[in-house]
Amino acid sequence: MKTLTNTPKPVEAAKRTPTRRDLFKNAGWLVVGFAAAGTSPLTRLANAQSPAAPTGPYPDVDFHQLDSWIVIRPDNSATFYVGKTDCGQGTGTSFRQLMSDELDIAYDKTTCVMGTTDITVDQGGSGGSTAMERDSMPMRRVAAEARRVLLDMGSTQLGVPVDQLAVADGVITVKGDPSKSVTYGQLIGGKRFNVTLTGNNSNATAGKAKIKPLEELKNTGLSPNRYDIPAKVDGSLKWAVDVKLPGMVHARNVKPPVVGAKLVSIDESSVKSLPGFVKVVTKGNYVAVVCEREEQAINAARMLKVNWEKPATSPFPSSENLFKYMRDVPTTSSAKPIVVGDPDTAFPAAAKVIEADYDIPFQGHTAISPAHALADPSNGQMTIYSNDMKSYGMRIGVAAFLGIPKEKVRVVWMEGPQGYGRTAAEDAGCEAAYIANELGRPVRVQWMRNEETAWDTKAPAFAVSMKGGLDAAGNLVALDYNARAADYNHVGYNEADTVLIAQLMGIRRAKPSAGSAATPGEVYAIPHRRMTAHVVSLPVVWETPLRTGNLRDPNGPQSTFASESFIDELAAAAKADPYEFRMKLLTGTTDDDRGFHRARSIAVLKAAADAYGWDRRPSPKARGTGEILTGRGMAYAFRGQTIAGEIVEVEVNRRTGHVWVKRVVCAHDCGLVVNPQSLRHTVECAMLHSISRALYEEVQFDTEKVTSVDWVSHPTLTHADTPASIEVILVNGDPNPKRSDLAPYGAGEASCKPMLAAIANAIFDATGVRLRRIPLRAPRVLAALKSAQV
Amino acid sequence: MSVTLKVNGKSHTVDVEPSTPLLYILRNDLGLQGPRFGCGLGQCGACTVIINGVATRSCITPASSVKSEITTLEGIANQGKLHPLQQAWIDEQAPQCGFCQNGQIMTAKALLDKNPKPTDAQIREAMNRTLCRCMTYYRIQAAIKRAVKVVAADHAATEQEVVA
Repeated sequence: MKTLTNTPKPVEAAKRTPTRRDLFKNAGWLVVGFAAAGTSPLTRLANAQSPAAPTGPYPDVDFHQLDSWIVIRPDNSATFYVGKTDCGQGTGTSFRQLMSDELDIAYDKTTCVMGTTDITVDQGGSGGSTAMERDSMPMRRVAAEARRVLLDMGSTQLGVPVDQLAVADGVITVKGDPSKSVTYGQLIGGKRFNVTLTGNNSNATAGKAKIKPLEELKNTGLSPNRYDIPAKVDGSLKWAVDVKLPGMVHARNVKPPVVGAKLVSIDESSVKSLPGFVKVVTKGNYVAVVCEREEQAINAARMLKVNWEKPATSPFPSSENLFKYMRDVPTTSSAKPIVVGDPDTAFPAAAKVIEADYDIPFQGHTAISPAHALADPSNGQMTIYSNDMKSYGMRIGVAAFLGIPKEKVRVVWMEGPQGYGRTAAEDAGCEAAYIANELGRPVRVQWMRNEETAWDTKAPAFAVSMKGGLDAAGNLVALDYNARAADYNHVGYNEADTVLIAQLMGIRRAKPSAGSAATPGEVYAIPHRRMTAHVVSLPVVWETPLRTGNLRDPNGPQSTFASESFIDELAAAAKADPYEFRMKLLTGTTDDDRGFHRARSIAVLKAAADAYGWDRRPSPKARGTGEILTGRGMAYAFRGQTIAGEIVEVEVNRRTGHVWVKRVVCAHDCGLVVNPQSLRHTVECAMLHSISRALYEEVQFDTEKVTSVDWVSHPTLTHADTPASIEVILVNGDPNPKRSDLAPYGAGEASCKPMLAAIANAIFDATGVRLRRIPLRAPRVLAALKSAQV
Repeated sequence: MSVTLKVNGKSHTVDVEPSTPLLYILRNDLGLQGPRFGCGLGQCGACTVIINGVATRSCITPASSVKSEITTLEGIANQGKLHPLQQAWIDEQAPQCGFCQNGQIMTAKALLDKNPKPTDAQIREAMNRTLCRCMTYYRIQAAIKRAVKVVAADHAATEQEVVA
């Protein structure tokens, strides 16, 4: 494997050393402070804006202009402006690899600017693991178009037809006469392309040029180090939490102590004399305290006396009673069942029928840093400095919430704590904007740890009932999947009427989101099956900390825990090896329309089993006699077109109930691999995230409030739990693996899916005890072992 | 009221309440970006600095209680050369989002300063209260082991030079 060793000077250098040069005028508005990204004088070259009459200083960046995407400097370097953000997987580095390949410029001579709404085109920020799969495609096309335009210019300059030109590392030469050459920088450095592109939306953007076949990509498939890492380890990176503006103040929220409580009165005298006190900002049930200094705001928010009126009824059952509630309550909505064959006839005819219920609790993002944002309302505009992965959506949401044109709002995306989905970063953005608007001063909002853990959006809890029928030979002939997700009024991205501050102010959308419950992602050939997904509602769905929102593969870990645990139960009932049982189901037929999944599912499962050294035998194994019982378990799933198969070895301590996932093997097929190193690390960390969800994470609550409020009451995976060995095998299971148009598929989420079931299956293998309720914390495991007399 | 602190070799006098947690002074008055707020409870480690060789959670350390020099992430490079741990973090490509990595690196530094050749178990033990929600633990442990090797090799090389 080739490796690129030179880490180029990142454009982010501009972010961390703001100077006078960084103050720039934009359409007549002096932007206070500094622009966080792309602040070189050439920035505005890349800031080609829509021709429509602007109603504010920040019109949409025009994706139809090549200049919006690529700037080439006289020194023959290039900067790529992309409408994406990075949650820490190194997508910017991968974009540079692909774009430098299409442009034919040296990778080391490129930089990448991401996600700031007035500088980069709107590609939606992050979400759905679409960075490579969808959003890299327009980037490749525009880079190819820039190359085409530059070759045309080179042809004119050198006086030879394009087909007699060669280009490498940004230097165009005449074939057979290398003395005749011109660089990209000489042709266009510091000047605009003025080339108009086509396409109905940013991700359909195209020029006349075609992208290269994969064989011609040089940097793609290599593992240059991520450009963003050096500044993250030497302390020089300016994060969203680091931005400071003249005159800025600090705000802290005061949340209702009981869910659904109504604000009766505020005793402002309780904080008025505190040092640095600025103001109490309140509307409806929303309350925030503003002070000059951060620690003053924290203190004042604690000291503020607020009189709340408790609601007459409980907002939700306690977390201990959640699953009973979810199974008993009438459903709110149901997807049309997916039915194959005739399960109603097949079950009574089956030789053996087994049933099992699986419970997965609410789980949170619980980012390492609580939500934060800084809003600057100077000069009638609104700038938000935020790590929200959907900066473009935040711009729209803040504009709608404040009732101002979106052209007056910009969101400067900066690095922050991981935010895999719809996080409270969005709520903090609207809160900062609202308070800043009230005060006319820059305001920094930061949630506290208890707020973050309790009130950030949650992945929905799932109660799943499974039923399976085996024939006399142990073949799976009928399967029923019936899921209930507590997902009603699921909070979307940057909706001005569902952000928490809007809810607390009493704003209600007429039609809340119906929510969703997923069906599993597998292609087992089962002659008769039914898959049903229902949504249920908690008693209170507004102003509640149990509001659901997207969390990394929003429903995948839950649905897959049930489906892949149950496949294991069926394999055990059939006294079959779990791998062979699955392979039989995968290879049972090829005549469905998902053959593309099927071949790759088979390849992935086989690769995982081979790498692990899977010994074929039914589970459970003969139980050991020592304190530590070991076992192995597997699970597989796809998400979109990405397939992940995972095998774990666990150690179960029969005295304490503690489970250690000692060894992990993952086979992963996401098509074209752009940066193997970044991909491996992404998959590795996604799996560990799921180990944490499997073993520890649960948002707990009584009938009034969430009681998981810190890292003690909401434990997470730690260093001590880290597997001793993790192996990620990158599989290309494409039926035509060498094709020139092999596509990249999303890699940020698929590997989250199988882990919960793989662990439960391994515990069963080790102990013979089946655990069906997440998380698998030691007391729960120990109780199950004891009741089974293990 | 004022508090005088020595940070990364320089003295600073700041006009704050003496009980102010050190973290807010480092960040908001001195403009440091290494230590970061994660929980304010001393549970996660994102705010870690080193005082008297001890990895210290600055979010729960009153500024007035600090009598010795404070070292932050910004202060561990040596004359422009990254600390071996920082270099190992780059070589292992350890971070995902990177927000917690200040605490990871500073906690690891305090460990290696006391115990230059920790066992795997000692690494896990020493690092256990420093949380990462991107779950980069596996890479962090690899980076620590790499730094241990690099430092040991450097020492060996230096000794050879002396002998020669």
